[in-house]
Amino acid sequence: MEQLKFDYPSAKRRVDKKAHVGVAGSGDMEILMQPSDTGAAHVSVQTSVNGFSQSWKAVMDRFFSRYDGAVRIHINDAGATPGTVLLRLQQAAEVIDQ
Amino acid sequence: MSAITLVPAFVRRTSFIELNARARANELTDPGTGREMLGPFERLESPWLPEQGIAPQSDDGCVVIKGQIGGKPVVIVALEGGFQAGSMGEVSGAKMTAALDLAARDSQNGKKTAAVLLLETGGVRLQEANLGLAAIAEVISSLLALRQHAPIITVIAGTVGCFGGMSLVAGLSSYIVMTPEARLGLNGAEVIEQESGIEEFDSSDRALIWAINGGEQRVGMGVADELVQDDAAKIAAAVRKYVEAGLPRVHRSQQVELYRDRIAAIDTSRQIDPLSIRKQWGTAKKVEGAK
Repeated sequence: MEQLKFDYPSAKRRVDKKAHVGVAGSGDMEILMQPSDTGAAHVSVQTSVNGFSQSWKAVMDRFFSRYDGAVRIHINDAGATPGTVLLRLQQAAEVIDQ
Repeated sequence: MSAITLVPAFVRRTSFIELNARARANELTDPGTGREMLGPFERLESPWLPEQGIAPQSDDGCVVIKGQIGGKPVVIVALEGGFQAGSMGEVSGAKMTAALDLAARDSQNGKKTAAVLLLETGGVRLQEANLGLAAIAEVISSLLALRQHAPIITVIAGTVGCFGGMSLVAGLSSYIVMTPEARLGLNGAEVIEQESGIEEFDSSDRALIWAINGGEQRVGMGVADELVQDDAAKIAAAVRKYVEAGLPRVHRSQQVELYRDRIAAIDTSRQIDPLSIRKQWGTAKKVEGAK
């Protein structure tokens, strides 16, 4: 089990909806995305696969290079691949911005 | 002829099986009446799974929605088959128990509240061992308390099915609705094969498993009430019908004598087959309370 944290101070756009997508089943993950009260984005990840913090950081950097939203994200991960992680992030962002 | 009529109804339908637990529950309530209790943002997670290197889920795989069906108050408890095979742990069990207890309290105070259980579950969550067993005991005790006032409608849609301790919960409910894809049984096929050998039950033989545990057989032999195709609208209509029907005159699980006699009458000198059981039980005196 590994806990990871990332902060993106440049993501400032206010959002006011919540999104819950995915399931913490094998090869998949669950995302909770909600408005952040600090005016910046914060990510916490709980993953059952250890040793991939660099991959997580790369996927999060990529996501926030395109997404501007002051969101608080929590992820329960049961071994999602980087591609799945990015798709789930985009899905949650889509729900919030609908 | 417009394009839409060329598409068969089976393709145009909303599949219930393909929905997750939350979406399934929301398909059943009257529009605008559903309200989730202890939703994922409350973060009521299992404290035991991370200690064993397993990712928890923010609702512990148990979705509780209060609302109305056909204008009558209901509470829906939906288990998420995608998370740990819908297994019951300490937290998910406590959520289900509390939902049934509050429905019983409302019912006692004059607001009859039916419970709808969407069971996709392998039973006790083995990682939580005794706490999972205790959770199921509590669920059953709360179910029996509510059952005196309002009906409990169990829906098993598939594809996980309903097994282990939760099959007892299904068996104690007032009505059971199943799809042909769903399975209901105490021990799952793999467990039987592991314990008694492949000669006893071949867990890779899907036709055999469905002939014994499948929805068609379970309804055919009278241990479930209605077989419905995998269509959200049809399943919602079946649930509404049973909510409106209210309590059965006698619950299936109260008919101990009937089932004791039926089991005593089985000829065990020959191998029993699913179809003959269906003939003997299904066409015999209809189980009271079953529609």
